[in-house]
Amino acid sequence: MLERILGTPPERRLLGGGRLSGPTPWLIAIMMFVMISVAAAGLALAGSARVVRDGVAHRHMVQIADGRAEAPAALAALKAAPGVVSATPVPEAELRATLARWLGAIASDPQAALPLPVLIDVELAPGASPDAVAAAVKKAVPRAQLVSNTARLGPVLGALDALAWLTAALVALVAAATAAAVVLATRSALEAQRTTIEVMHGIGATDEQVAHLFQRKIALDALAGGLAGAVLAALALLLVTAGGLSGAGEWTGGRLLGSGDLVLLALLPFAATLLATLVARWTVLRALRADL
Amino acid sequence: MRHGGRLSEGAAGLHTIVEFDRVGLRYGTGAEVLRDLDFRLAEGGFYFLTGASGAGKTSLLKLLYLAQRPTRGRIRLFGEELSDAPRDALPPFRRRIGVVFQDFRLLRHLSAFDNVALPLRVAGASEEEVEGPVREMLAWVGLADRASARPPTLSGGEQQRVAIARAVIARPELLVADEPTGNVDAGMAERILHLLTALNRLGTTVIVATHDLGVISATPGAQLIRLENGNLIDPTGSLRNPPQPAGARLER
Repeated sequence: MLERILGTPPERRLLGGGRLSGPTPWLIAIMMFVMISVAAAGLALAGSARVVRDGVAHRHMVQIADGRAEAPAALAALKAAPGVVSATPVPEAELRATLARWLGAIASDPQAALPLPVLIDVELAPGASPDAVAAAVKKAVPRAQLVSNTARLGPVLGALDALAWLTAALVALVAAATAAAVVLATRSALEAQRTTIEVMHGIGATDEQVAHLFQRKIALDALAGGLAGAVLAALALLLVTAGGLSGAGEWTGGRLLGSGDLVLLALLPFAATLLATLVARWTVLRALRADL
Repeated sequence: MRHGGRLSEGAAGLHTIVEFDRVGLRYGTGAEVLRDLDFRLAEGGFYFLTGASGAGKTSLLKLLYLAQRPTRGRIRLFGEELSDAPRDALPPFRRRIGVVFQDFRLLRHLSAFDNVALPLRVAGASEEEVEGPVREMLAWVGLADRASARPPTLSGGEQQRVAIARAVIARPELLVADEPTGNVDAGMAERILHLLTALNRLGTTVIVATHDLGVISATPGAQLIRLENGNLIDPTGSLRNPPQPAGARLER
């Protein structure tokens, strides 16, 4: 089995040169390092957006400007409305603490005539109609407004999604650059091995046999380079997450990367090897049919 | 020795292994380097291809070992029309042809053993099937003790013999040799010629391109094919209609 993948010793000798003898494995190692780092960042961004979106999916906020007197009525209307799982007023102390960041000590002074809004955190059951709940609370308190937390966080979530897609595009670009590098490396190898190819054809080798030699060499180079790049990327990610980003997992509800994400990242070197193999095969067969 | 494919049989009962029918060849848009080649080669024959430099000998050999397609005319090898055969159909026929290149074309990074073993491995032989015949062939060409040497460490004569061993290891039905004695001294040339005639006696049709009149005169019974400016010189018509009976080989 291993011999089928790696080739027999005579087959491996046929193209000469050892593993890691050319620039291809090193180039692919660098590409893989970049690809995994970018992919990891993209998956972390997408995961964070998903966690935040899931967290606020059914949560709404009732706001009543300077409506301390109307708060009990609004709360009662909310609790009576269909589909409301919970309705919890945000404590005044919490409001004051938040405002103190902008207004300073005056926000914490209960004697100060500060018009504080009433905020009621509302959780709806899945499938419940926010419009019906909004109508119910407005009936009790006309000035009350029901705002979706998802809508409030929309710009942030949109930015996270856009960044995740941008990283996906970058991964695709790096993959394309890897493919282009493989095409150049294969053409260079074909040129360097022109005599070998002519002799092989002369003694009856098929294009398939010749292509097989090149695609196997490129595949092994790509695998070696890909694994080296993956190991370096893993070390870099460990260093980064152990440093400044260690706390980031807390607000995303756990680790930055899930086990599925890690499997996906671990598969990238093998995907790159497959890509390099297919590209090398295509390049060789095309060159043989066109030039040789 | 025969691997399938019926050889042509002429009116006189001749088996022809090579048939050229008004074959022409040009490279790109240049002038024709070969013109109206019309000849047949009998199975088991021994032929010398001669002509001045630039007469088209190497081009004719390329047509014979299927490295080049004619730009016009028809070529039949082993009884099969191959002028327009699809690319993928050619390798099985190439495996029935042994080629000794003028510049040897040994793979420098492989040992003499690996160079000689190449045709067998390409044909799918296992290492067990390769070992014995290759050792035997290296001994036949007097290089048993140089099996692991790489071409750059071999003398010109030794490289030539490795090239011949590679060409004949798979017992080809047709052997094409381009100036096989061109780079060796007289003694080595005689030895190489002896190898080729021995192979011919085993049934292989041999075509040798050479300038060396000494080699030609030392091989009685061989037939001469002469090219001049891309034209075949065949005043008696014997190449178009070979007089040699089927299977006739050199008796030396």
